[in-house]
Amino acid sequence: MKEALQSIKSLADELVANAANEQVIEELRVRFLGKKGELTGILKQMGSLTAEERPVIGALANEVRNAIEEDIATRKKQLADEALKIRLTAESIDVTMPGVQPKQGKRHPFQQVLDELKEIFLGMGFSIETGPEVELDHYNFEMLNMPKSHPARDTQDTFYITENILLRTQTSPMQIRTMEKQKPPIRIICPGRVYRSDAVDATHSPIFHQIEGLVVDTDITFSDLKGTLEAFIKQLYGAETRVRFRPHHFPYTEPSAEMDMSCFKCGGKGCSMCKGEGWIEILGCGMVHPKVLENCNIDSEVYSGYAFGIGLERIAMMRYGIDDMRLFYENDLRFLKQF
Amino acid sequence: MKMPLSWVQDYCTYTTTPHEYAEKMTMSGTKVEGYECEADEIDNVVIARIEQIEKHPDSDHLVICQVNIGKEENIQIVTGAANLKVGDVVPAALHGSTLPGGVKIKKGKLRGVESNGMLCSLGELGLTTHDFPNAVEDGIMVLDEDVALGTPATVALGLDDVSVEFEITPNRPDCLSIRGLARESAATYGVPFTDHVPQLPTGEGSIADMLKVDIADTVCSRYTAAMVKNVRVKPSPRWMRQRLRLCGVRPINNIVDITNYVMLEYGHPMHAFDSAYVNGNHIIVRKATDGEQIVTLDGVERTLTNDMLVIADEKAPMAVAGVMGGEFSGIYDSTNTIIFESACFDGPSVRVTAKKLGMRTEASARFEKGLNPENCLPAIKRALELVKELDAGDVVGGIVDVYPAPRTPRQIELRPDMINKLLGTAFTKQQMIDTLLPLGFTVEGNTVTVPLERYDDVERDCDLAEEVARMYGYNNMPSTIMKGVATARLYPRQIFGRKLVDALIGYGLYECENFSFYSAKNFDAINLPADDTLRNAVVISNPLGEDTSLMRTTAIPSVLGVIARNFNAHAPEAALFENATEYVPAADADALPTENEKIIIGAYGKDYDYLGVKGIVEKLLETAGITGYTVVRNTTGTIFHPGRCADIMLGDVKLATIGEIHPVVQANYGVKPRIYAADISVDTLFENRGATKEYVPTPKHPATTRDLALVAAEEVAAADIASRIEKAAGKLLEACSLFDVYRGAGVDEGKKSMAYNLVLRGDHTLTDEEADNVVKKVLKSLAEIDVTLRS
Repeated sequence: MKEALQSIKSLADELVANAANEQVIEELRVRFLGKKGELTGILKQMGSLTAEERPVIGALANEVRNAIEEDIATRKKQLADEALKIRLTAESIDVTMPGVQPKQGKRHPFQQVLDELKEIFLGMGFSIETGPEVELDHYNFEMLNMPKSHPARDTQDTFYITENILLRTQTSPMQIRTMEKQKPPIRIICPGRVYRSDAVDATHSPIFHQIEGLVVDTDITFSDLKGTLEAFIKQLYGAETRVRFRPHHFPYTEPSAEMDMSCFKCGGKGCSMCKGEGWIEILGCGMVHPKVLENCNIDSEVYSGYAFGIGLERIAMMRYGIDDMRLFYENDLRFLKQF
Repeated sequence: MKMPLSWVQDYCTYTTTPHEYAEKMTMSGTKVEGYECEADEIDNVVIARIEQIEKHPDSDHLVICQVNIGKEENIQIVTGAANLKVGDVVPAALHGSTLPGGVKIKKGKLRGVESNGMLCSLGELGLTTHDFPNAVEDGIMVLDEDVALGTPATVALGLDDVSVEFEITPNRPDCLSIRGLARESAATYGVPFTDHVPQLPTGEGSIADMLKVDIADTVCSRYTAAMVKNVRVKPSPRWMRQRLRLCGVRPINNIVDITNYVMLEYGHPMHAFDSAYVNGNHIIVRKATDGEQIVTLDGVERTLTNDMLVIADEKAPMAVAGVMGGEFSGIYDSTNTIIFESACFDGPSVRVTAKKLGMRTEASARFEKGLNPENCLPAIKRALELVKELDAGDVVGGIVDVYPAPRTPRQIELRPDMINKLLGTAFTKQQMIDTLLPLGFTVEGNTVTVPLERYDDVERDCDLAEEVARMYGYNNMPSTIMKGVATARLYPRQIFGRKLVDALIGYGLYECENFSFYSAKNFDAINLPADDTLRNAVVISNPLGEDTSLMRTTAIPSVLGVIARNFNAHAPEAALFENATEYVPAADADALPTENEKIIIGAYGKDYDYLGVKGIVEKLLETAGITGYTVVRNTTGTIFHPGRCADIMLGDVKLATIGEIHPVVQANYGVKPRIYAADISVDTLFENRGATKEYVPTPKHPATTRDLALVAAEEVAAADIASRIEKAAGKLLEACSLFDVYRGAGVDEGKKSMAYNLVLRGDHTLTDEEADNVVKKVLKSLAEIDVTLRS
């Protein structure tokens, strides 16, 4: 019997090792290890053995069974590995073919720039307020220290609806609307469309976008105005950007200033972007005129504040190197897809 | 405002370069726009004397000149000019010289005769007879002054001065004058300002016997007049012409030039007119009567209203005060005696008058900013002083000065603490005083007296703070970060809007931006009936043109315009949206319109059809957390195809309209492919937005599915079938989706086959019997609208 077991093992070894596929292996498993298989057949004759022989042969039979099972597992793994290898080779594709892209639109370049500005100001604690574009003269001019006869009105060519209703020429009326409904501390920006009767050309548009900023609290100083706007511009254009403030005049701020930044293209050496000046005019600002605070019933002896106004078009045009404002409103997809 | 650098030196002395001057003045608050020097355009042109003139052997019109340029050897120059004689002193452009416009002069031969340069005419030097009235226009410029030969022409002709152009803000009319700019320059450079105080020349007789002036209205605060007899009208001297020219003012004659010169010096407009035309030798400053007429200097007949101020004689208005003179208010060949007027009119009144008459003049632009009545007298004295200096006539003794209510200067309390508190600085009181004094303020104790020419500009602490800050230098002041904590975040409405837009971008749509106004033609283009409420728009009373005259009541035309533009640019497909504002007029004309926020979608191309756009809107509603809406066919609109349009309704509230653009509208925009669009109200979506999502446990039991192939009449709406399925299947229905629609063989004409997949799930694994029961109920309900299982 011992010999019979040995020969089953060597036969099985050989056949399994050469089995061509899973099906053949399965047949071999049934042939040797199945209920009616050769090994079982041998074990069925165990009864004829002596009590001494039985454990010895039993142990040997188990050994043979384990060995055949192991052969089968090994061969199966071998076959699977080979099959996988063939499949992987066969399935190779040209990985450089163009990808199938999902559809994806884009925000208008104005809005992309505006979102960036909003995030900077949110980070500095400014809330965002919006208000009507068709506005009362009262809010657009009068409350901002520009009564009907004020000469500065001429610098803002205004579209009128009626004598008292107009298209806002600036986002500043939101300052007033905010101060009327909210007591200090106030820290807001007001982005939006504004209107002035300028004919359309490469650098003028009757509609453009402004971002107005307003801070009112106790002990707000001109130095705070400088520090905040400097921090803003450094976040927008990089920490190496320098700013300078020039005296200016606005009826609703006093003292007033215009802020220039060092040219982001040449770093201040002078180039075509900054017309050789090294500086680029970026925004107007100033300390809120006490009359404006008083118009909103805020005690100007206790509170002070500053305000600023940024033109979005200018920032967007400089950012993307766009030289014609009309492109923004043509909405040619070949333009919109670039941003 | 243009100013020659040399003129400032009459008042203060400092050395500087134009570049440094521009920088310093800009930083102290008087912005320099730029500066130019005529001499920069001219090089190597010198003064020469003609020593000899010969005929050119081969030409009838050319002559050969030997000119002396102050060197040993004369230079030979050929010229075609006929106005020269030996001894004339002329500008000569030598070999290698440059003239205005970049013209280069080189030596060469003219008809075989060597010429070593060019003798210059006025025009070749960039000048006109206004600048040099004694020179001829069509010949070589001959100088009437004695100049050293060889002197650069730029120096000899005074072209080497620098003209600086300032941008003067409306609050500083005082800086529209040389004296004002000189004071700012002196303060900026920290040097003394020396004013010139004009002296009244003694004259013959007394003006009081010859002229009477009455002010009949308070909008004229002061009227001064002086007279000059035997006027001798002639060109003014070169120094005066030169200064005027560098200020951008054309020299005319000595009298006119004097008024302009004084206006530039004092910033105060002056007027000179013939006294012969003053009826009754009586000047009355009064309001016009309604309908009163005047022909102004420009020859236009104007009808006045009773809010306009005029300068009149006893019969009629002679001038619109502060704006323009009448037709007989000038200087004529016959003029013997002139009246100088130096008056002060109220700014707002002049502004309104000039605006109403549609004529904004140099004088009105100055008056409307508010001028200082105290300047009337020195200005008129200065004019008389110049008359004497220029020998322009014989001054009549005395001045008429009507000044009913002399203005008292404004006084402000100096509060150093408040100024430092506003600026964030620690200036001492003395530092502040030291800044204010050179600017013309006076300080006594804590009282600051504001110079009268800055009466309207400086009223309180903040104005003094600005003076202190700008003279110290804004950029020398500290930059600080605000103290205190501020909390800021986007408001829920802003987050909501951003989510919607981000979602649309994710669906492949591009955002566009359009003008808020358009013309009524847009309403026609989108096929709106004549009585449609959308035609009732907010109208701009002074539009740039008809195309931009109405505030849009619907942004659909804006987006269709973008679609058309892209179609015309050969874009194979386009899918865009605008996050637009629409303006709905209020019933009350004095009330502001309602501004509605919309999302307007427009699309064409192979990937877009009605269901595509409907899908985008459905997905957007999911983003908004809105469920339970219904899709209701809309056949009444005119913008959309009546068979391919629906309203998305939440109960009675319309959230959106979607559809295919009406073929007529499509044709109006000239777009060939069909256009699909959606009009979504962001405001309504926000009001009806879903609450914060609540977690639903993931199912524990497997789902059972059933597919139903149904046959329905064409008219039966998919929405009706779906709602019946949902209602009949009840709670066990988890999802129901239409996965196929088929028409053709095997389905009767006028019918369609619709295949639905039902997903059923309960709190245990459903048995086949339970699932079948659901299907039975569904079929029973569908049978009521003649929808049956396909056999």
